[in-house]
Amino acid sequence: MPEIKSIIKDHISKHGTDRNNLLPLLQRIVQQENYLSEESLLEVAETLKISPADVYGTASFYTYLDTVPRGKYIIRMCRNVSCMMQQQAEVLSAISAQLKIKVGETSSDKHFTLLQANCLGWCHKAPAMMINNEVYNELTPEKARQIIKEYQQK
Amino acid sequence: MESQNQKRIDLIFSNYTSSKYKVLEQTLQREADDIISELMDSGLKGRGNVGFPTGMKWKFARREVSDTKYVICNANESETGTFKDREILERVPRKVLSGMAICGYCIGAKKGIIYLRHEYSYLKENLQNELAIFHDYVKLFNLDFTIEVFSGSGSYVSGEESALIESIEGYRAEPRNKPPFPVTNGLYGCPTVVNNVETFATAQVIFRIGAEDFLKLGTQYSSGSKLFSISGDTKNPGIHELELGTTIEEVVNEFGDKNIKSIQVGGASGYCIPQRLFAETVIGYEGITTGGSMIFFNNTRSMYKVLHEYLRFFAEESCGLCTPCRIGTQQLLKGIEAVKKGEKPDSYIDVLKKLAVSMKLSSKCGLGQSVANPFISILDNFKEEILY
Repeated sequence: MPEIKSIIKDHISKHGTDRNNLLPLLQRIVQQENYLSEESLLEVAETLKISPADVYGTASFYTYLDTVPRGKYIIRMCRNVSCMMQQQAEVLSAISAQLKIKVGETSSDKHFTLLQANCLGWCHKAPAMMINNEVYNELTPEKARQIIKEYQQK
Repeated sequence: MESQNQKRIDLIFSNYTSSKYKVLEQTLQREADDIISELMDSGLKGRGNVGFPTGMKWKFARREVSDTKYVICNANESETGTFKDREILERVPRKVLSGMAICGYCIGAKKGIIYLRHEYSYLKENLQNELAIFHDYVKLFNLDFTIEVFSGSGSYVSGEESALIESIEGYRAEPRNKPPFPVTNGLYGCPTVVNNVETFATAQVIFRIGAEDFLKLGTQYSSGSKLFSISGDTKNPGIHELELGTTIEEVVNEFGDKNIKSIQVGGASGYCIPQRLFAETVIGYEGITTGGSMIFFNNTRSMYKVLHEYLRFFAEESCGLCTPCRIGTQQLLKGIEAVKKGEKPDSYIDVLKKLAVSMKLSSKCGLGQSVANPFISILDNFKEEILY
């Protein structure tokens, strides 16, 4: 929590407490903590003088503002049609098998979370995934296993 | 690969000059009304999907009296199968920034915002570097206009202009009632132009080559060229700039083969065009409008899986504000699953079709209204694949 408080303090000292600071502030906290805890949401609500329900309602609307705990590395495998047509399912199960977690789960060491995502905008190089903000495309099960291996050593 | 097609164009990605922001500098010498008239003469329509005349949008914002106005670049490219805006911002960001600055000059806005979808965060650093260069040039040209990047947080409906504005203001990206439109009551209630990335880049191209040359491309109703994001069962996936007025058949001849049974034009919110309609379907405002997504399907693909994925996508991305869209998307998804499993009779499909039509008529924004496009076009052409 002290870290969250200092992020909030730093943000409002630079940008003020107007409502338009809500999303950039939540984004900064997610970048630091990988998700928005109840405590963080309450702290933000109090600082920006917005009701906690409104802050939660806004945060939970957006895909990349997670309100449940996530791993250090969030893998988001694109699931839309172009990726679906290019071995997306095989790549996903290869990753799932390697990490021993199912889609939606976080590994017990909190290192990885495996999720599916809507179109990432790499349809011509399908299938694609993001690990945090890093993009990987033209995946095969073998290539995906290699990438995951590198992250396992991080 | 050598192209046989006469309609391939290279305007958006071409590097026509080594001198930075030359078109911007030249255009700023002209009167704002003159610039807007040229844009209107060019017939440019929004390249996102909706196709509202760009010059008219700028003209409406210009005639509003307000101390504060905004120019917003919609880079929330989330339509499935589309990736052209990402490539534009990566390869030719100067064209987009120039288009935005010219718009700011014309309407009297001092501030521009790029709404960049979260998935494209990797572009942010390069964009910031380019913006530093841009701001130096703008100062040199004596124009009071700055641009900042606003990061999205993952939401398809944020591509709807009023939802996008809500998001920048710090709220859930729920579309507003219209009217009033953003050109009169946009960001923080101020007159605002929201244009797609490709629209700004194309505007810059028009100011370089002139409306007359732009009009030589395309048709009477659909002037110019446009980028298409081509993927699926094609030997040449990627971004291709084509003249508007091209038929689907010409596109298939170039990028597909004889096994292509259908093409989804315009992503999840677009239309399924079956093989028998390839020759007669024109891409343009007189035919089928699109943000540029084209996904090719060959004979081995299940159209049930495609439709199912689109419906799942809509059910997830519906903002939940209006009932027809919130409930409708879920019922259509459950409905086709039930028919497929035999829990509902085949005739239930007709009930679902009526629901899709109701959604088109009664949903608040383009998301709910467009679910009927893939639903009815896939169903009408591939009914047996949906049922059995």
